[in-house]
Order: sequence, then C-alpha cells, then structure tokens
Amino acid sequence: MDPRLGTGAAVVIGIPAVIIGYIYGTELVLSRASERLRTRLRPWLWLLPALLFLFLFLVWPSILTILRSLQGRLAGNWVGIANYSWFISNNDALTAVRNNLLWVFFLTLITVGLGLIIAVLVDRVRYESVAKSVIFVPLAISMTAAGVIWRFMFEYQSAGHPQTGTLDGIVTFFGFKPISWLQIDTAAFNTILLIIVMAWMWTGFAMVILSAALKGISPELLEAARVDGATEWQVFRGIVFPLLTPTIAVVSTTMIITALKTFDIVYVMTGGNFGTDVVASLMYKQMSFGEFGRSSALAVVLLIAIVPVMALNINRFRAQEAIR
Amino acid sequence: MTAVPGLERLPVAKESRRTTGPGVRRVALHATIALLMIIWLLPTIGLFVNSFRSSADITASGWWTALFPPTRLTLDSYAKVLAQTNPDIGSGFINSLFITIPATIIPIFVAAFAAYAFSWMSFPFRNALFVAVVGLLVVPLQTTFIPILQAYGQFNIAGDFLTVWLAHTGYGLPFAIYLLRNFMGSLPREVFESAAIDGASPVTSFFRLALPMSVPAIAALAIFQFLFVWNDLLVALIYLGSVRPENLPMTVQMANLVNQFGAGWELLGPAAFLSMALPLAVFFALQRYFVRGITGGAVKG
Amino acid sequence: MHRDATGWRRLAALGAVAVLTAAACGTSNTGGGKSVTVIGTWAGDEQKAFLAMVKPWEDQTGNKVKYTGTRDINTVLAAGVGSGVLPDLAGLPGPGQMAEYAAAGALKPLDSVLDAATYKSETAKALVDLGTVDGKLTGVFIKAAVKGLIWYNPTVHDYSAAPPATWDDLNSQAAANKGSAAATWCLGLGSGAASGWPGTDWIEDIVLRQAGPQVYNDWWAGKVKWSSDQIKKAFQTYLDDVVAHIADPTAAVDPTKDFSLAGDPLFSNPPGCVVFHQASFITGLGAFKGKTAGTDYNFFPFPDIDPQFAGSVEGAGDLFGMFHDTDAAKSLMKYLVTAPAQDIWVKAGGALSANKNAKDYPDDISKRSADLLTNAKNFVFDASDLMPSAMNSAFWTAMLDVTKDPSKLDSVLASLDKTQASAYAQ
Repeated sequence: MDPRLGTGAAVVIGIPAVIIGYIYGTELVLSRASERLRTRLRPWLWLLPALLFLFLFLVWPSILTILRSLQGRLAGNWVGIANYSWFISNNDALTAVRNNLLWVFFLTLITVGLGLIIAVLVDRVRYESVAKSVIFVPLAISMTAAGVIWRFMFEYQSAGHPQTGTLDGIVTFFGFKPISWLQIDTAAFNTILLIIVMAWMWTGFAMVILSAALKGISPELLEAARVDGATEWQVFRGIVFPLLTPTIAVVSTTMIITALKTFDIVYVMTGGNFGTDVVASLMYKQMSFGEFGRSSALAVVLLIAIVPVMALNINRFRAQEAIR
Repeated sequence: MTAVPGLERLPVAKESRRTTGPGVRRVALHATIALLMIIWLLPTIGLFVNSFRSSADITASGWWTALFPPTRLTLDSYAKVLAQTNPDIGSGFINSLFITIPATIIPIFVAAFAAYAFSWMSFPFRNALFVAVVGLLVVPLQTTFIPILQAYGQFNIAGDFLTVWLAHTGYGLPFAIYLLRNFMGSLPREVFESAAIDGASPVTSFFRLALPMSVPAIAALAIFQFLFVWNDLLVALIYLGSVRPENLPMTVQMANLVNQFGAGWELLGPAAFLSMALPLAVFFALQRYFVRGITGGAVKG
Repeated sequence: MHRDATGWRRLAALGAVAVLTAAACGTSNTGGGKSVTVIGTWAGDEQKAFLAMVKPWEDQTGNKVKYTGTRDINTVLAAGVGSGVLPDLAGLPGPGQMAEYAAAGALKPLDSVLDAATYKSETAKALVDLGTVDGKLTGVFIKAAVKGLIWYNPTVHDYSAAPPATWDDLNSQAAANKGSAAATWCLGLGSGAASGWPGTDWIEDIVLRQAGPQVYNDWWAGKVKWSSDQIKKAFQTYLDDVVAHIADPTAAVDPTKDFSLAGDPLFSNPPGCVVFHQASFITGLGAFKGKTAGTDYNFFPFPDIDPQFAGSVEGAGDLFGMFHDTDAAKSLMKYLVTAPAQDIWVKAGGALSANKNAKDYPDDISKRSADLLTNAKNFVFDASDLMPSAMNSAFWTAMLDVTKDPSKLDSVLASLDKTQASAYAQ
C-alpha cells in the first residue's frame, strides 16, 4: 500500500483536528478572562489562523509588489513612478484597460444574469441535477482544454477548403465565406468572443452559488405568496430576488474580480494579439521579459482597480447591518 | 388574509395559480432549458468527438463529419494518454488527490471560523477588515511566488506537499471567507439569540447551529476549491517542480503531452476528459447538499 | 463542557502529531544513488528523447534523473532565481536570460565541469561564444536546429539535382514549376502566445543574405534601426516575394492555426504550395511526421541573395546550464555534451546535435541539415532570440501586423524603433 495514503489520512483528519483543538484551546484560555475581555478577544482569536494565512501568502507579497513597482528592471534601482508613467503613456496598456472594462462589464452581466435565470428555471424541473451538471461541466475543464475546445469552435480554414471550426462550419453551410473570428478587432469583437468563452466557463459558478442560496428560501414563504394569488413573476420580483440580493452581490463581486484577473484565456487563444490584451496578460508578458518593476506596477493597477468595488461592498454591508 | 408582510400591495391575480402548471408554460420551460443545455454542451461535444479521431482527420475535416459514416473513430489517443510512463498516469492521479484533498479541507475549516466571527461577533473595524479580506481576491498569484518560495526554501520544505497545501489555503481563503460569511450572515438572528439566552457558548452555537445550517454553502465551497486546486498547474509547478518533480500532479503531466512545438496536441482532448471525471464526480456527490429545506426555512429575510 | 474540552484537547494533540508526521513523511526519499533535478521546455516526444538520452548515464552511475517539462520555464526559473530554490540543471530560455541568471550568481561556471577543450572543438564557435559569460563557459547547447531551409515535395518537382542558387533563381523556378498548385509559398505564423516567430525567421534569413552578417549582428544588438534602409528592404522583400504569393494571408496569421501544420499543403493533391520555409525541426511536426524523408519531402538551403554574403547559416539551439554543482549534476552535465549521448537524441529524429561528432542521424535529410550546421562558413544564431525579450515579443507581433496588412509597414517599423529605444536601454 502506498505509504502516502497513510500520511494522507493522517493529514485529512489531523489538520481539522488541530484547528478545532485550537478553537477549544482558545476557549479554555478565554474562560480565565473576564466576560468583557472574552467578548473583545474572542473574535480576534477566531480570526487569527485566517489572518495569519492571508498575511503570509497574500498581504506580505503584495507589500513587496508595491515596493517592487517603484523600482526598475533590476531590484534596488529606485525609479519612483516611472513604471506608472510608462503604463499611462503606453498605447498597448490603454487598449488593455479598455478591454478590461469590457471584460468587467460583460463577463459579470452574462454570468450573473444567466446564472440566475438558469438557477431559477432548473429549480422547477425534476432533472435539475443533470441540467446543472451540464452548465457546470465547462468549469471543470482546465484552461488548456478550454483553449482547445474553443479553437475547434473558432478555427478558420481558407474558403474552398473543408472547415474544421464549428462556427465556420455553420457559416459555410449557409453559403457564406468563412470568417476568421479571432482576428476581428473592430468594436472589440474578438474581445467579446473571448468574454463569451470565459462566460461559458463561469456561468456554472454563478449558477451553483445562486442555486444554493435559492434553496435556502423558505418554501412556506413562496407557497403563501402563491396561495394569495401572486403570479410567478411577482413572487420572483417581490420575494426571491430581494432575498437573493446579498448572494448576487457576492457572485457579482467575485466575477468582477475574476474579470480583472483574467489572462489565461487571452494568453492561450490569441496571445494578446489583435487588440485582445488585458492588464493581467500584459503583466504576465512583462514578467516573462524580466521587467519585474513594470509587471509589479501592473499588479498594483489591478489592486487599485478593485477599490471602487470594495467601496460598494462596504456600503452594502452597512445597509445590511442596519436592517438586521 | 396575507400571511406574508410586503405582499399586501401586490395585485391579486384573477385565479389562484400554483407553480408553473402543465401546458404551454411547462413546455416553454423545458424547451428553454433544453436549448441552454445544447448550447452549453456543443463546444465540449466537438472536443469529445475529436478525441476519438486521428490528428490527420481532425485537421482535414470538421468534427461533425465523424458523426456520419465513414466515422473512422479510434481509441488511439486515449490509449496513448493512459500508456504514459515516467511518471505513469496512476501516480500523477494519486499526487493530484494528495494535493487536492487537504488543500480543500484546510481552507474550509479556517474560513468557517473566520466567517462566523465576521458574521456574528462584533469587534471594531469588522466591515473594513472584511472588505480588505475580500479585496485580496485580486492579488495575482504570480506576484506571490518569489517571496513564498524563498520562505519555503529557508525552512527547507520546498518540494514537500505541505507547501502546496499551505499555499492553496492562503490563496483560497478570501473567496472561502466571502462565501461563508455571506451565507452565515443571512441566517436568522433569532436562532443565535435564543441559543445565547439558553446559555450556549459561541463554540456550541458554531458547531450545533451555524455549521449545520451552512452546509449548502460549505458544499459549494468544497466543490469550487476542489476544482481549482485539481486543475491548478502553476502553483504546483513552482513549489514542487524544481526540487521534487515526482510530487507533481496530473495537470503537469497532461500539459506535457504536447512538446514545445505543439506536437501531440491531439492528446489534449482525451487528457481533458480523463482529468475531468473526478471533479464532476465530486460535483455530483455534493449536489445532494443543495437541497431545499436544509436551513429549515431559516432564511426569512 | 469540561469533558468536551478534554476530549477535543486529546484529539487536537493527536492531530498535531499527525500533521507533523505527515510533513515529515513528505520529506522521505528513496535510497540508493543520488538524484539530479532537471527542468526543461521539452515535453511529449522530446521528453521521451531526453529521458532516453540520460538512461545510459543513470544505468552507469546508479543515479536518477528527475525531469520536469514545462512551457512556463521563464516563470519557474525567474521564481527560482529570485527565491534561491532551483533545480540542479535546467534548460535556459535563451542567451539573454542565461546572462541574467549568471549575473545574479545563480548559474555555476562549467569550465571545470566539462572537458572545455573537447567541447570547444566539437561545437561551432558561435554556440560556444553564446554560452560564455565574462569569459567563463556558463551554458552549453545540447540540441540544435538549422533555420531557413526551403522544403518541397519531390513528387511534384525535384530540385535536388539543381537547387536554386540565388533568390531570384528560386522565385523564377518556383513560378515555373507552380503547375496546379494554389500558391507559391506556404506560410503560417500561428503559435499561441509566440505567434509571429516564423515570420521573424524569414526576415532574419533575408537580412543575413541581403545586408550581410555585419548588419545582422548590429541589428540584433540594437545598433541598426528597424526603419533603416537595409531592414526595411528585407521586410519589403518578404512582403513582395513571399506574402504576395501565398494562398490566404488571413489563414497565415490566424491564431487558431498552428505553424506546425502550415507546411501540410505541400502534400495535398493538388498541392497547396510549391515551397515552404521552416527550420529543421519541422520534420517531427504536422504532416511531415508521417512522411518519408527524401521521398515525400526534401529541402535545399536558403539561397544567396547578395553573392558577397554567401556562406552564412542561421541556426538555434537549446541552452543548458547548471545551478547546483553537486557531483551527480556535474557528472550528468559532462555526459550530456558527449557525442554518444547526443546520438541517442538525434536518432529519435526531429532534432540536430550541437556536437559535430554526433553521427546517428536517422535519415539523409537530418544528416544534410546537420552538415549545414557543422560546415557553415559563418554560423549565426537566431537574431530574435538574441534580442531583449521585449524586443523579441514586439518583433513577433510586428510580423503578424505586417503580414496581415502590408500597407502598414512604415508604421509597424516606426513602433519597432520605439520599442528598440526602450528595450535596449537597460
């Protein structure tokens, strides 16, 4: 028997045991303290493991990144905001920002909108599990495989040759000439196509979370409304949607941030060519050039970009607390 | 007599209507869902059909031509993927499991306690801290590699599985805390208040009330965290690849079916389907926790 | 409550022990023989070839090679050099990165590891020089390729008796023998994130033979502007003599079409093209892979353009370096550059050796390509690989832009000049 199986079992049981043990341990310590001290200290003790992980793995590297963004190609060479002015004056970077805005808007709209619609629709049919699995499958496929799948969708063969791409197969079936989809950068069409690819993958994500939240709505509540004669649409608008708003906000925020971070799909499908670059793929490219100062500046740009999203979230929490 | 506040102002329909009844509306519902399913499956079907064709056939004609005779379907590509050696696919699969399962379980536990604290304990700067935690979602992973790898190197654990367990926990916590806090926070206040009045400690409230009622959210989180870690390539490569390549997961193996010029690309399809089986199974298995009523009608708003 | 706490405490203690055991167990290693960790870009069949190459060394020394292949080698090595966690040996992305890692003190010099004199006598001078930093041998080439071979289908027309000697000759012969072919040239620039690089090979071959090796070297060193007469003329030649004679420019730059399949039309009936420009490694890719060398496909070297610059050959190779000078690593490094080791790889096909004494080429085609490499009067390395990465990447994109729309040549060259100004500045 593989010795790792033994270790694996030990870890799977051990680590949760350690964490639970820690919590009980803190309770033991707290029982020595006064009541007031207890309620003031306890939250921080509960948060400690999480805060530790977050600090070591995300906060500390981010601080280093911010510092690195003020340095040039070689570490230790302080250049102030030179990398940021490079970013603002660089045409490619501005195209990337424009594309990011498109990504944020459309990806969030499609995934959350469709995810919600699908979650609500499949809730009413017996084959719900199957339907949800179908929508979920693209998320289970790795990014490399997704790239191959959509290559077979967008593939272009010259006119007169047998088509191998699904879309061009359909187009030529109706007698038109084949189109090279990913090269069309007028009106950012190819960026929209890439967004659709990403939405195809992530709608399942939004759907699963919204579906879980949907299930949490009391059936008696909905029944009572229907008995009182409300139509389905009224039930949805008056009860379901308001109760789902917090979850919609969570999913939307997550999708906005996912949209900001996206680079694999762009990198794999077009390499950022034909005007499809986004800030994250630019960052990756700068890293591969060894330009760590510039790549760090681009990472900081992403950090700054989420500030408005975070501000909205804070407002929402405050409003939520007021109601609770 | 309306039992539900807030509905008094809604116009009452002429006749009482239950959930979507039989007839046209039902057919429309099924048709819409069927259409969505077809649209969603179509791209994947293309890859699935092509995974049974030779590379020469794939480049010569579209996948739909293989649906009609002559189909020329073959299991060659699947055989090649399964016949890999050095490392063989079995050990890659076990590595993936060994990496993914702890990396899924640990964040759930760490996040659950933190989420409960954020939801039901009061302390200064609670909202600001929470928003900051969520904001960490945007940190690009590539910016974290050098400092963390350096720390791992100094503690001499580079190449051990522990490195990826800890790393995936750190990376997965912002989303985990976000999701769980949202769910726990929407649980009814009365339940916790009455428990507190009855003398239950926060620990008891957590284990006996919050956790059981949060099972759908935990199930969702488990699905996603499992999926992301299972499909991850770069994190495992960076923390394990330089020192202990024998610990690398299946994703690296699958990516390495293709040489640096792209030869072998026809194997990516079969590899993807083989690799997809387990996350889908996990999804199916955890689906039953998304059942109405688990919260016992707790969410009333 | 107290009972609960005791029970949980015991469980927690058990858990702690379990965790520590797990962490410790993760450190265990197999006994017998040392291991050498190697990272490279080779995957798929290349990985098999590399592992076959090291097997005799493993059998002989009882050591084990632990190899990881990855396309993300830049990220992995950058993280490694930045953090100090590195494999023993690694395929280096290029001479530029090699110099950077050496400057950071990560790469160990190889003069005392290999028999430097033998290595230098067995390898082309250009390759030896490229692997040298500050007078110390830091990187060695264990795989090579010749660029700028013109491939054709002998069953359509056989050029082996009288291959075109000049560029004009090639154009007229190809036009004369076009027959039922759809176009003269096959061209495909798609290659994922690196799309455009086959086009860079075209420009490099033209510059080398049209403007000469001096201009070529000054050009990749950043001393000759992209908008200069010579470089612009090379681009113009490419656009007028090649791009104007391909079947479909849209297909040539399409991101969904991989360069490895661009030569396939040579073999269709009627042929899609008459001639195809690609490196020696194309024999292991696309339709070439299943065909017989010499019978189904053959090549002649890139003809001269300006007779005074005759005799130059462009090539490339996979550079290899050492990060940890353990005994096992040194022994492996020493073995890898020897002719017997190289023979194992070249016998597998699709690759050439940097070692002049490697003899086991599987067919006449590979042998002729290898001879081109060894007998070259003037061997130069791929120019774009020698440029700073930012310049290289801009070059790739420029080829896509200019092939898709030849009228944009001047603006493309101007923006390349801009990139040149900033990329070479550090």
